[in-house]
Amino acid sequence: MRYPYNPENFTSFHSSETVYDKAFLTRLYREMLRIRRIEEEIASRYHEDEMKSPIHLVIGQESTAVGVCAALEKTDLAFCGHRTHGVYLAKGGDLKAMMSELYCRANGCAGSRGGSMHLFDKSVGMESSSAIVAGSIPTSVGAAFASQRRKDKFICVSFLGDAATEEGAFWEALNFAALHKLPIVFICENNFFSVCSPLEVRQPKVAIYKKAESFGVPSVQIDGTKVLEVYAAARQAVERARSGAGPSFIESVAYRYLGHGGATDDSASGYRDPAEVEHWREHDPISTFHDFLVSKSQLTATEIEQMEKEIRSEVLSAFEHAISSPEPGEEELMTHVYSD
Amino acid sequence: MPWAEALIASKAEEVEVGQEGRILSYVDALREALSLALDLDPNVFVLGQGVNDPRGMFGVTTGLHEEFGVERVFDTPLSEEGLTGICAGAALVGMRPVYLHNRPDFLLLAFNQIVSHASKFSWMDNGKGRVPLVIWSAIGRGWGSGAQHSQAIQGLLMGVPGLKIIMPSTPYDAKGLMLAAIADNNPTLIFEHRWSMRSKGHVPEGTYKVPIGKGVYRKRGTDLTVVGTSHALEVALEAMDELSPQGISADVIDLRTIKPLDEEIIFESLKKTGKILVVDTGWQMAGVCAEIGCLVAEKAFHDLKGPVRRIGLPDSHTPAGFSLEQYYYPNKEKMMGVIKEMVEK
Ligand SMILES: Cc1ncc(C[n+]2csc(CCOP(=O)(O)OP(=O)(O)O)c2C)c(N)n1
Repeated sequence: MRYPYNPENFTSFHSSETVYDKAFLTRLYREMLRIRRIEEEIASRYHEDEMKSPIHLVIGQESTAVGVCAALEKTDLAFCGHRTHGVYLAKGGDLKAMMSELYCRANGCAGSRGGSMHLFDKSVGMESSSAIVAGSIPTSVGAAFASQRRKDKFICVSFLGDAATEEGAFWEALNFAALHKLPIVFICENNFFSVCSPLEVRQPKVAIYKKAESFGVPSVQIDGTKVLEVYAAARQAVERARSGAGPSFIESVAYRYLGHGGATDDSASGYRDPAEVEHWREHDPISTFHDFLVSKSQLTATEIEQMEKEIRSEVLSAFEHAISSPEPGEEELMTHVYSD
Repeated sequence: MPWAEALIASKAEEVEVGQEGRILSYVDALREALSLALDLDPNVFVLGQGVNDPRGMFGVTTGLHEEFGVERVFDTPLSEEGLTGICAGAALVGMRPVYLHNRPDFLLLAFNQIVSHASKFSWMDNGKGRVPLVIWSAIGRGWGSGAQHSQAIQGLLMGVPGLKIIMPSTPYDAKGLMLAAIADNNPTLIFEHRWSMRSKGHVPEGTYKVPIGKGVYRKRGTDLTVVGTSHALEVALEAMDELSPQGISADVIDLRTIKPLDEEIIFESLKKTGKILVVDTGWQMAGVCAEIGCLVAEKAFHDLKGPVRRIGLPDSHTPAGFSLEQYYYPNKEKMMGVIKEMVEK
């Protein structure tokens, strides 16, 4: 096993003394569960080849998007890369519009121009995503710059993968954000892999957050499988950004269970040990949080059953909506090439 | 929308290039455009390597940071890709950045953000995003500029949907097109030419726009049509000045913008002359010359009385050395030669 769960470098922000109300805890649980169920449904229907879009499922990593977005206001702006579903849903993006986009329908969030890798919902601050690794990082810093210069209230969050930190654009953007103390939080979701390439063949053995720290940006590595850890770390970083103190960098470590793209686990192909996937499943963000909540008597079996039912019906109706929606016409091709 | 209001309020949009009035240097005309834009709209900001230098960037930005503050006119790290994306992001949420570069060569580092991001936001966001961004740079030439400081890369970008590309040649146009570019809601590249920037001319005061995508006749004649932009067109005008005593006359069209391209003015002139020479400061192959040549062959074939000719740069790199460089750039004599050939046939 190359990358076991290793809490050694994790900084803990969550104090067991902090009391969260039940509604909040339930919300976090529900949001993670909802993302997982949606992703499972996508995975189960992907072979039908009706969602003609490259997908990058986030199963195993739901806690990062949910924990971070719980620390944000609706007006704050989120940006991400190709692995969009988790961030889009956690930020409050419309599920029907997302499913329509995956099904290449005219009423998709991008009118079928973006596919799974370009989801956005500007009404809830899901501002943009890019299929070019690290491509949306400068965009997010630019929006943070605008917020600072105009004295707007919003802050920005830039979600990126571990491999995005191998791109020059990331360091250029981080440098600028640090220089101008911009209201932004960088969330690096380290899942150890870029497609099939492990971290060790891509980067020297220096923790990613250590490199970001050298820019004078407060940087930490956290347990990305624990939604309350993510939330607590994000809250601090968000407050810092909002107070005008500048950017923060959070390396959130969690593991993706399925292949880089597509709907199945591709571990058998040999790039990673299938036992590694099983090992991380033992630290599953949803089941560990489930056990925690149950042990604290914050969640009951009946409540979960009810939750599952509601989610199931929402998911089915979103798929139904997408499948029954019209496809775009040829006239769509040439509109909005330019803005008025 | 302060921009639209201000520009509509000014009647200057109707101002024609006059033969009288204030004479301004090209550089001062540009500086005035930036100053007016900064004054008009708090969303405008100006950035680039060295814009705050004591002499500004080629004088174009001199003193602007003192007038408007370093919050709005500021120096940048050497991060062309990152900063281009940062500008696009700021534009996406409503600001109007004007990002200045000494040389277009440096934009090659920013192609990812220009081609794969800024140009696409409006379209990929299904009309819900827009990028009012101006990227300005000045094509270099001579005195050792060489292969990496003289590139005229407009042809590489001309085929990218969603971009606008401006190439002025007079102080009047430089100011009016800069204002038009800042007022435009799309990513717009302005390629200035260092040699054109040495000129002076009539420049009205206050705000006015030169329409993006509209060419203008610099000379009227009957023997052929010469079309192009920027410094290449200046050379063509000199060539025609010298040829006119020999009884040769041409429609000389300054396109001013290569994207969107003013096709009408080209076709209108070609209908009359039947012959066309395309000139450009960039590579001849697969660039502006090639595109206009093809356009004419495709849509105005029956007006052609002879082959399309083009004069751009050869399929080689700019030499730094003085003597080699003389062979590289097409000069007035070369243009005269080609024009004579075209007229005589
Ligand atoms: C600039 C660029 N290079 C390569 C790719 C192909 N690619 C798409 S996703 C990906 C892996 C990125 O890994 P990481 O950033 O760690 O995110 P993860 O997929 O693990 O979420 C690669 C190499 C790309 N989209 N863009």
